[in-house]
Amino acid sequence: MVTKHLSRIYTALIFVFLYAPIVVLIIFSFNDSKSRGNWNGFTIKWYIELFKNKEILRSLYYTLIIAITSSLVSTIMGTFAAIGIYDMKGFTKKFALNLNYLPVLNPDIVTAVSFMVLFKMAKLELGIITIILAHITFCTPYVILSVLPKLKQMNKHLAEAALDLGATPFYAIRKVIIPQIMPGIVTGALLAFTLSIDDFVISFFTAGKGVSNLSIMIYSMARRGINPVINALSTLMFLTLMGLLLIIYKRSEKEEEKAIEK
Amino acid sequence: MKLSKHGYFYLIWMAIFIAIPLFMVAYLAFTSGDSQSISLANFSLENFKRFFTPMYLEVLKKSIQLAFISTIICFLLGYPVAYIISKAKLKNRNILILLFVIPMWMNFLLRTYAWLTLLGKNGIINLLITKLGFQPLDLLYNDTAVLLGMVYNFLPFMVLPIFSVLTKMDNSLIEASWDLGANKLKTFLKVIFPLSLPGVLSGVTMVFIPAVSTFVISSLLGGNKTYLIGNLIEQQFRYTGDWHFGSAMSIILMVFILISMALTSKFDKDKEGDVSGLW
Repeated sequence: MVTKHLSRIYTALIFVFLYAPIVVLIIFSFNDSKSRGNWNGFTIKWYIELFKNKEILRSLYYTLIIAITSSLVSTIMGTFAAIGIYDMKGFTKKFALNLNYLPVLNPDIVTAVSFMVLFKMAKLELGIITIILAHITFCTPYVILSVLPKLKQMNKHLAEAALDLGATPFYAIRKVIIPQIMPGIVTGALLAFTLSIDDFVISFFTAGKGVSNLSIMIYSMARRGINPVINALSTLMFLTLMGLLLIIYKRSEKEEEKAIEK
Repeated sequence: MKLSKHGYFYLIWMAIFIAIPLFMVAYLAFTSGDSQSISLANFSLENFKRFFTPMYLEVLKKSIQLAFISTIICFLLGYPVAYIISKAKLKNRNILILLFVIPMWMNFLLRTYAWLTLLGKNGIINLLITKLGFQPLDLLYNDTAVLLGMVYNFLPFMVLPIFSVLTKMDNSLIEASWDLGANKLKTFLKVIFPLSLPGVLSGVTMVFIPAVSTFVISSLLGGNKTYLIGNLIEQQFRYTGDWHFGSAMSIILMVFILISMALTSKFDKDKEGDVSGLW
């Protein structure tokens, strides 16, 4: 009984630690003062200003464009790569898996620096294209790592049967393999999107002068104090994601109920 | 059906964007000269010589120290939570573990920055302390603040893998231990903990690697007082422009991490051997 209460209190304390900064951030997005130190009363002016601030809206736009493009490309490339790696044998497979692990295990800053060196040597001008290329490269390994376990669980004979019955290889992949590994693809896509939208280090080293996403903007603001408009924006983004999650949760609950009724 | 051909495009992609750039960084590390053009560079060990002097070694030592301590704190805080959640009812369990993922949806720079509001001179924690009649504390811009930032940002990376190993654990092994007369503590020490070691190890690597290479947390919460190897690399590439020296430090960081990972996985195998030997 005592241990039960203790473990509850302990878990609660950990969650207080995790959520304290987020709560502070949300509260201060309604603070009628530019400084983060003191509370001057309630206001929604930062939310109104947000829609007038061209610089911040542009960073938001870049962040979303980068996240959508790179998660889309890395999901497609990662899915096909995973199917390929799954079928590879011996040394090639080992080599491919290790190459895939390299950006996952390497510190972000080393990967970022090596991108910067590559783009400079290739005389590519740093900008939105270089950020997207870099994001695709560091997101794809995670897609592969989410898809591979599903491929291992898959029934291999189904694809073979499809081929025996006259399906073209591409048709078999589309109609037989992909539906079976769909959960892994969705997880990978979500992971890629989250990684891209939250990334700072890779973007910071591969962005040119004119382009900045939200993370880069926040980092450059941090020294002189962050504009509360950013707090308002992240509160909105956070609440949107929470809302989406709630909808998905309610839906899956309903589906479960339906499944039980059947 | 030949599926493996679908993987080759990706291999070429990774060769161009991961392997070749790393070779370029290594090349820069072992040469000196004009940073911006490869052809003018000549072989030299100057960058490494420069790094292995007391001033820079001190920075490396501090980075390793802080990363090491924060990994231990994450383990001490994270293991009990992962254990408690893994014992919760299925429905609560999913919600509780989701609560560890949700904070990551808010930009991590902002979450780290929010600690300034909590820890600052006129911050919320100091406000509470002075209300209670104590002197305000210097909580910000020191090593402790950087440690706190590391633990705060990387704690979920410790909890999630341990949790996933604990929930997948074969319950009949635990029951067998009870049936054979072991008490709760003994069951934990002899059965549950050894079986959860793979989760602990992936947690340790997932905390240690970002912690040892960070430059964001140290520059936001450490002011200019806590200077880590990540800050040194950032400075060389973004401001000073000495890419040769920056590359050398990147290579040193990478090699250090590869060695420590090889050691951990070896330690894991030894440990397993030991445990089975005891039985």
